[in-house]
Order: sequence, then structure tokens, then C-alpha cells
Amino acid sequence: MIQLQHVSKTFKVGKNKIEALKDVSLEIKKGEIFGVIGYSGAGKSTLIRCVNLLERPTGGRVFVDGVDILSLNKKNLQKLRRKIGMIFQGYNLLATATVYDNVAIPLMLEGVPKHEIKARTEKYLEIVGLKERSGAYPSQLSGGQKQRVAIARALAHEPEVLLSDEATSALDPNTTDSILELLLKVNRELGITIFLITHELDVIQRICDRVAVMEKGRIIESGTVVDIFTRPKEAMTKQFVRNESRFRIPSHVYRDLLATGRLVNLTFLGESAKDPALATLAKRYDVLPSIIAGGIDQLKDQSIGNLLVHLKGEADQVSEAVRYLRSGHIVVEEVSG
Amino acid sequence: MADFFNEWGDTIWEGFIQTMQMTGISLLFSIIIGIPLGVLLVLTRKNGQAENLAFYTVLNTVINVIRSIPFIILLFFILPFTKLIAGTTIGVKGVIVPLVVSCAPYIARLMESAMLEVNRGVIEAYQSMGISTPKIIWHVVIREARSPMILGLTIATIGLIGETAMAGLVGAGGLGDLAYQFGHVRFQPDVMYAVIIILIIIVQIIQSVGNAFARKLKKD
Repeated sequence: MIQLQHVSKTFKVGKNKIEALKDVSLEIKKGEIFGVIGYSGAGKSTLIRCVNLLERPTGGRVFVDGVDILSLNKKNLQKLRRKIGMIFQGYNLLATATVYDNVAIPLMLEGVPKHEIKARTEKYLEIVGLKERSGAYPSQLSGGQKQRVAIARALAHEPEVLLSDEATSALDPNTTDSILELLLKVNRELGITIFLITHELDVIQRICDRVAVMEKGRIIESGTVVDIFTRPKEAMTKQFVRNESRFRIPSHVYRDLLATGRLVNLTFLGESAKDPALATLAKRYDVLPSIIAGGIDQLKDQSIGNLLVHLKGEADQVSEAVRYLRSGHIVVEEVSG
Repeated sequence: MADFFNEWGDTIWEGFIQTMQMTGISLLFSIIIGIPLGVLLVLTRKNGQAENLAFYTVLNTVINVIRSIPFIILLFFILPFTKLIAGTTIGVKGVIVPLVVSCAPYIARLMESAMLEVNRGVIEAYQSMGISTPKIIWHVVIREARSPMILGLTIATIGLIGETAMAGLVGAGGLGDLAYQFGHVRFQPDVMYAVIIILIIIVQIIQSVGNAFARKLKKD
């Protein structure tokens, strides 16, 4: 659906050149939700803006639906942009127009017939759950409601792709949840491909199928969300995943535990969740496993369980036990403090 | 009081009409010229939707130069131009040209600053929906800026009324001229006071109407 090939973007600020994107390649498949995560300044925003050419790449190629969009003239680019909806962190609604008009005006400007404007506006305001607020002005709405209007506005063009530029970053956690639910619904029920960027791992975790991690203008790691969560490779990815999903345990507790045995972090996924791993461990080897902390992360289609386990016993028995754990489907990671 | 009105009523009425004519006609032309100039300033500036720095620099400089010249000097300075355009340099007709030359760049500036206040993100959102620049200017930029634009036009109108007072120098009449000729030159302060009161009322009305209108358009 969307392909970026060796895309780079250099900004000139006075005499300095800033490389916002360095040789970025990625592919977003039809029907999926693809997320890019990174800290601010990583180049995510520039990247997503290259997909509808709000930002023109200085190198590389961008394909949407097989079309090399950098070769399009102004008119065809405008046509293409109508197939790509976009929502923003700042909502970007007309302050002087009602909720209804915010959805209807772009359709009118696009030349959609009158009766259809009405039908579409009502349909999509209904989908985002704001039909009753049609006559309200944006200043009378909450942040979440404003984002819903922006989503309705984007959907009303009946796009194939929705770009989301930090759409939930200005919202509180509850509102973020409800907007993410809405995006999932848009993806599942309307079949719209979603490309989003965010600095919140929660967003990736909740709705994305695949994810790319960005740092300093490059994509340093990418894969399915499950892979990134269970087997992060790069330091920054680990930092992201840890910050959110691992347990905050005081360092002196770690020290005490490490003094009396070994600590392993076990990640259970799908089938492996059904294995009675710890019970087997205690039976087969001469070790005493004790659970220090645990939790479950809900991903889009499955859950991931995490356990921090302390293994006490003779060194060789503990090593055997760890080897046993590693032989199954469980992802085992030794914790060293 | 009645005597005063009998003696001066017609003269003051005539001055009022002349002031209104001068203000109204020059305002109309100034808006017709000033708003597009303001739009051009916004479009051609750095990072504008039709960035053209050469054009912007020229337009920007011309506007600054004209705005630097005090109206009373401009009035005489452009006499040949006035003659060329209006065919005359005296009377109401002769003063419209300098008033427009003075006011249109001012309006362009006021419109520019009003339009620059429009959230860039909204403009970007409309670009991302594949909407053309002219449509964005009209339906987004001018629509969103209309409240500060009205306030700007209110300021320009009041400035224009002040300038019409100097129009007396080319025999265009008007309230300002009346106050100067009778109140100052012939030392009849009651005429001056009457004119001042009328001017105060006019300015108050214009400002209040402008404010009310701007508030109504603001919607938030």
C-alpha cells in the first residue's frame, strides 16, 4: 500500500544542514496498522509527512498504491491526497465552523455533490459518535471530541489510508483509549490501512500489527509488535519496552535477590502460557522458584505475560533449570540487576 | 442651540456627507486593493504557500515606503499621479486617490497580520486533503481570520476619517475641514466643538459595530 524506499530528508537551517531522515525504507501493507515509535526529534513526523508530501523527501522514492508519488504533478497529487486521510496532534479544525461544517466543508471544496455531502457527513459523525454535537463549535468540545471530529473529517473522504501524526499525544489516558478503540474500529470495519507515529508505547501495544523503532532519523529495528515486545534487540527498543512493561523494583531488592540465587524474566506468549513451567521446574530440578513480580500486557490480538522469577538452589541445578526454560516457547532473559 | 443649528446645520450636514463620501469610497477601493495585497504578502513570504521572496521583498518595501510618508505630504507628493488617475486634483474626487494610496497598504498590513494568526496546522490539514491553494485562502485562511480582519478594517476606517480632515487642503471639504476653517481660522469654537462631538460619535459607532461584528464572527 505504502512503500518508502531509501527516503532521506535534509533541512537547511541557515548554514547548517539537518538530516531529519537518513535512508529510511519501509513498507506498509494494505489493511494493517503500522506504527513508528521514537522519541521526539527522531524524525517520525517528517517521515509520516513524506507519505502525502506535506514534506518533500530530498532523496529516495515514495509509492502509494504502486504510484511513484514524487513524479505526480500538482493536480494528480491533490487527487492522490484525497485517498489519504490525515489526523494530527493539534486536531486542526476550523474554529469558526460547527462540527458538521468541519466535516462538510472539505467535501464541498472537493466538489462532492450536495446530497452526498449531507449523507457522508451524517454517516461519519455517527461512526465517531458525535452526531448529537453537530451544531457545536470546536471550542465547546473536549480534546477527545475534537479528535473524533478530525477523524470523521478524514473518513468522510473515504480514504484507503489514514495517517495519524501523534493523534493521541495531547489526550489523557482514558481519552487515548477511546480514540484507539475508534481507530481499531476504523481499521476493522472500514478496512482502512493506518500508518501512525507516536512516542507512546501504549499506542503501539494496543492497536498496531507491526512497528518500526526510529532513532536519529533512522529505523533501527522493525517487526511485528509481538516480536518487538518479546525479543527487543536494540538498546533503545529495550528501553522503550522496559519502561512500560517491566517492573519497577528497587535496586536493593535486586541486590538481595541476586545474592541468594538467579533472577530470570520470563515472557509467555500464546501456547507457552499454558505450560506449567514453574511447577515442572520445581519437580524436575532441585530449585525453589519464587515469583517476584508479574503482569500481563494486552497487545492488539494477544496477551503477553511477564514473570520475574527468583531461582534458588545449587548453581548447577539452577543452570539446568534455566536451560530447561529456554528450550520451550518461553522467552527467557537473565536479569543481572 | 436652535440658533446654532439654524445657522450651521446645513454646513455641518454638508461636511458630514463629504466626510462619509470620502471615507466610504476610499475605504471601498482600499479594501479591494488592500485585501489581495495582504493575501499576496501571506502567500509569497518565506514558508508561504506560494513562496516568492523577490516578489515579497518588493511588495513589502513598497508598502513600507508608502506607509512612511505622512498623509499630508503624500497628498502633494503624488499630485501628478492623482491627476492621471482621477483627472483632477481637487474636490472629493481629487482626494480619493491619495486616501486610497495611503490606506490600501495599511489595510494590506493589517490583513497580513490577521491572516498570519491562522493556525498553520489547519492550512496543512486542508492541503493534506488535496484542496487547492485558492480554495484554502478563501475557505480556511480568510474564514478563520475574519474576526481580526474586521477589527483591522475598523482601525483602518477610523484612520481614514482622520485623514479626510486633511483633505480640506485640496478643497474636498468634510467635517475636519469645517472645524479647521471655521473653528480655527475664523475662531468660532462652537463649530469646532460641534464637529468634534460628531466625529467622536462617528468613531464610537464604527468601533462598536466593528467589535460586535468581530465578536459574532469569532465563534469561540
